[in-house]
Amino acid sequence: MKIFNLAGTVLKSLTHPAATRLYPFVPRVYEPKTRGHIEIDIETCILRGICDRRCPTQAISVTKAERSWSIERLRCIQCNSCVELCPTKCLSMGTAYTDPSFGSVRDSFTQAPKPEGAAKPAVPAKPAAVALPTTPTSADDARVPGDA
Amino acid sequence: MANRTVVPFGPQHPVLPEPIHLDLVLEDEKVVEAIPSIGFIHRGLEKLVEKRDFIDYVYVAERICGICSFMHGMGYCMAVENVMGIEIPRRADFLRTTLAELSRIHNHTMWMGLLADAFGFESLFMHSWRVREIVLDVFENITGGRVIFSVCKVGGMRRDIDAAQAEMLLTALDRVEKELEPLISAFSQEYTVLHRLTGVGVLSKQAALDLGALGPMLRASGWSLDTRKLGYAAYNDLSFDPIVETAGDCMARTQVRIRETLQSIDLIRQAVPKFPQGDIAAPVKGTPSGEFFARLEQPRGEAIYYVRGNGTRHLDRFRVRTPTFANVPALVQTLQGCQLADVPMLVLTIDPCISCTER
Repeated sequence: MKIFNLAGTVLKSLTHPAATRLYPFVPRVYEPKTRGHIEIDIETCILRGICDRRCPTQAISVTKAERSWSIERLRCIQCNSCVELCPTKCLSMGTAYTDPSFGSVRDSFTQAPKPEGAAKPAVPAKPAAVALPTTPTSADDARVPGDA
Repeated sequence: MANRTVVPFGPQHPVLPEPIHLDLVLEDEKVVEAIPSIGFIHRGLEKLVEKRDFIDYVYVAERICGICSFMHGMGYCMAVENVMGIEIPRRADFLRTTLAELSRIHNHTMWMGLLADAFGFESLFMHSWRVREIVLDVFENITGGRVIFSVCKVGGMRRDIDAAQAEMLLTALDRVEKELEPLISAFSQEYTVLHRLTGVGVLSKQAALDLGALGPMLRASGWSLDTRKLGYAAYNDLSFDPIVETAGDCMARTQVRIRETLQSIDLIRQAVPKFPQGDIAAPVKGTPSGEFFARLEQPRGEAIYYVRGNGTRHLDRFRVRTPTFANVPALVQTLQGCQLADVPMLVLTIDPCISCTER
């Protein structure tokens, strides 16, 4: 049985800088893999809606008629499955966390209107990917081939 | 005989990390009976399995608990893989084992802090959590998440550990081990700690078995039972012996957890050089049909995952038996005859996770 067991640790703590960061004055350094928030490059999106259907928390919604993609930030659990499923890889995972907020936050992105007759800029090389039905009839159809 | 008083303890109490309610029947300061009740944090996660695709349900299974999140996902995946007859790549087994053992270090260092907090040793609490922070940073580097990782999937893993990350992991473990040294010495030799922990809440060897105690609670009472010895994931390839103490008191339970933390560090050091090359996930085809019980050793004890599939993409039933639920009878037994001031500490020594228990 000893006393002053932590004396060394206490002395070390006195002479060392704080183990914590002075948030928010010292910015947080994120790891390259940190899953912070979902980002979208809306102009390359083909509005297939796989992310919408497969999002486990139904945070994403894709409206083809309005050419818009939106995400409810507080519902998103950063599971990264939409990023993995996206056929054009227009979705990516940003490292920084979103700002704190009161109430729900829905970020919407709308594609700029295209001139009549112009080719869609983001159609992937494989035409088969575009030919797939956008409204699947069963859960199996909603899955892209080879997804697990 | 002294007058009997009933003191309601919890579900919200400054010392309790989780909402468990105990009706403590007191004679003066001595507890003569404790009646537990749970049910304050039920979220219906098991029912949700009928609404979610069986592959997407991993994200829900991980959210059963914040601390052993990885192991809940892993247990669910193990059960589904067995139902579907999927052989996952050996590398995925090793990655799962590594992350599971890191979760154990994370859990035990957190628990050491909570215990120190329960007997009023605030600085020891903060130092324990400082060590835990190193593990959380490793998690963030490897998986991208600090608490919920979402890296386990049916068929294997979603993220790999490359050579640089493995190096960083081993360096971090050296730091954890070095920083744990003074804490271990404090937990094992400090006068105030020994005074509060030694001889308190003794659970005899026979009682531990009769009451169905699990995990460190059982091993602290002298039983050498550890589900990892079944050899699931990569545990077959690693050499270790269950940590056993015989005293059965709070000190023994603390020592089991401290030694298990060091054992986990050793297991990861054994596992990392043995990482086989190859894929980290096997393709998943078809839908689960059939049932399976998967068992694994969580930081708190053995957890059981039951899965029944009906050939569609939605499972019929998913059931988790968590270690805390099995440890509650042992807790009630140890509370009988203790002092009121020791109650928070005794509740802590079963390492309660009520969120797991109620799901």
